[in-house]
This record gives sequence, C-alpha cells and structure tokens, in this order.
Amino acid sequence: MLLNQFLLLAAGLFAIGVYGVLARRNAVLVLMSVELILNAVNINLVAFGAFNGTVTGEVFALFVIAIAAAEVGVGLAMVLLMYRNRKSIDITQVDAMKG
Amino acid sequence: MIAAVLAQAVEIQPLTADDTLVAQNIAFGVIAAVMLYSAFRMVTTRNVVHAALYLVIVLAGTAAQFLLAGAEFIAATQVLVYIGAIVVLFLFGIMLTRGSLGVEELERNERRGMAALVAVLLAVVTGYALIDGFENTRFEVASPSTTAQVSDSIFSQYIVPFEAASVLLLAALIGAIVIARKD
Repeated sequence: MLLNQFLLLAAGLFAIGVYGVLARRNAVLVLMSVELILNAVNINLVAFGAFNGTVTGEVFALFVIAIAAAEVGVGLAMVLLMYRNRKSIDITQVDAMKG
Repeated sequence: MIAAVLAQAVEIQPLTADDTLVAQNIAFGVIAAVMLYSAFRMVTTRNVVHAALYLVIVLAGTAAQFLLAGAEFIAATQVLVYIGAIVVLFLFGIMLTRGSLGVEELERNERRGMAALVAVLLAVVTGYALIDGFENTRFEVASPSTTAQVSDSIFSQYIVPFEAASVLLLAALIGAIVIARKD
C-alpha cells in the first residue's frame, strides 16, 4: 500500500481537529477535537511502523493512547469544575487570566 | 468543503496503487472517506451528542485502518480504550454539563472564518509536503504484527517509557479526582 494514503488521511483529520479546537466554543467539543488530532498522530505512527517493518510505531501509538486517556480524564474534570463555578462551558468566557 | 477536497485527494491515491492490493485500497478509500466526512460533521454539528457519535465513527474507522496496516493489537486497544472508555467519558461530560450550551449558536462566531483558514492552510501545506516527500513510497504488510511482538518490545526496549506512562496515569487519576471533587 502507498504510505502517502495513510499520511494524507492523517493530515486531513489533523486539520479538521485543528479547526474544531479553534472554532468551537463548547469545551467538551474542544476536547473531542483534541482526540481527533491525537488519532491522526496514531495513524501516522502505525503507518510509519508498518513502513519500517518494526513494532516500534505500534508501541508509540499505545503510549499516545494512554496519554490521551489521561488527558481526557483531567480535561473533563476541569470542564466539570468550570461548569460548577460558572454554569457555562463556553471557553470564550474563560478569560480571567487574559493580560 | 475541506473534507470533500481531502476525501478526493485520498481516494485518488488507491487507484494508482499496486493492482494486487486493489481490495485493500478500495477498503481504505471507502473507510477514509467515511472518516473524513464524520470528522467534518463532528466539528460542525450543533448537537453535542451527535458530535460524540460522529467521533465514534471516526475512531472505529481508525481501528479499521490499523487492521489494514497490520496492527491488530493497536486496533483492539483502540476499540477498547477509545470507543469503550473515552467516548463514554465524553457522554458523561456532556450529560453533566447539559443545558449550558446544548445547541450551540454558530452563526455569530467570528472565529470560524479564521479557524477554517488555518485548517485549510495546514491541510494544503502538509498535503503538499507529503505528496512531494513520499511520492510513491510503498510498504508491504506481509503479516500482521502479533501481540507477542508488541509486548516483547514494550517490556524490553521500552520498559522505562512504559513505567513512566503508568506513573502518568496514576497522577492523572489523582489529579482528576482532586480537581472534580466537591468540597
């Protein structure tokens, strides 16, 4: 198979994820878009691993999955805290630390 | 529109690939198109629950692509961890914060134009670099890598990152409890 078909798919998913992070106001949707970005990276890692003929790419994809799980746990806890304090999860309103 | 253009770019590739891999390439193209469409719908839909369900389609498609690349264990892990755990976590998050932004108003969001510009630029630049750099590089999936190979690699060569990941998960667990706790 062509290496590029995996890489282009991952690039497309990455760009869509970046759009989601930048454009959406709902904090949960921003976290979902981050998952999309991490998934694109995983596709790249597995494709390059298969290209290399080793399992190194798959091992690194496993690490990325573990880190994604940790990130979602902490991120959703922060979103819940935000909702409890402000009754809103609109990230455009979270600007208390804006300089 | 981004998704349509990218789907086209991805779907054109399989046609030029090796004839013996036609079935794999057709499967890849169909799944890739579904994934890109679902991802696009995910970031543009107004209903947050629908977005989570579109995310499931993207994650399942990713697992299928892993199978096509011969990575069985990662595909199983993808289904277990992402679709089984993370999406459920997202649904809980949506339910617990429901009503705040149930149906998001997208009309007056002036950041959308800039975000779309950034995303399109990113896709074009990376796409150009990839097509330029890896023109017709191919790889053969002779046989899928077994779970034994993956575990041998984790528990010998990558034992230190593995232990670090377990400590990280513990830290995230404690951190999430501390942050979300009512006191």
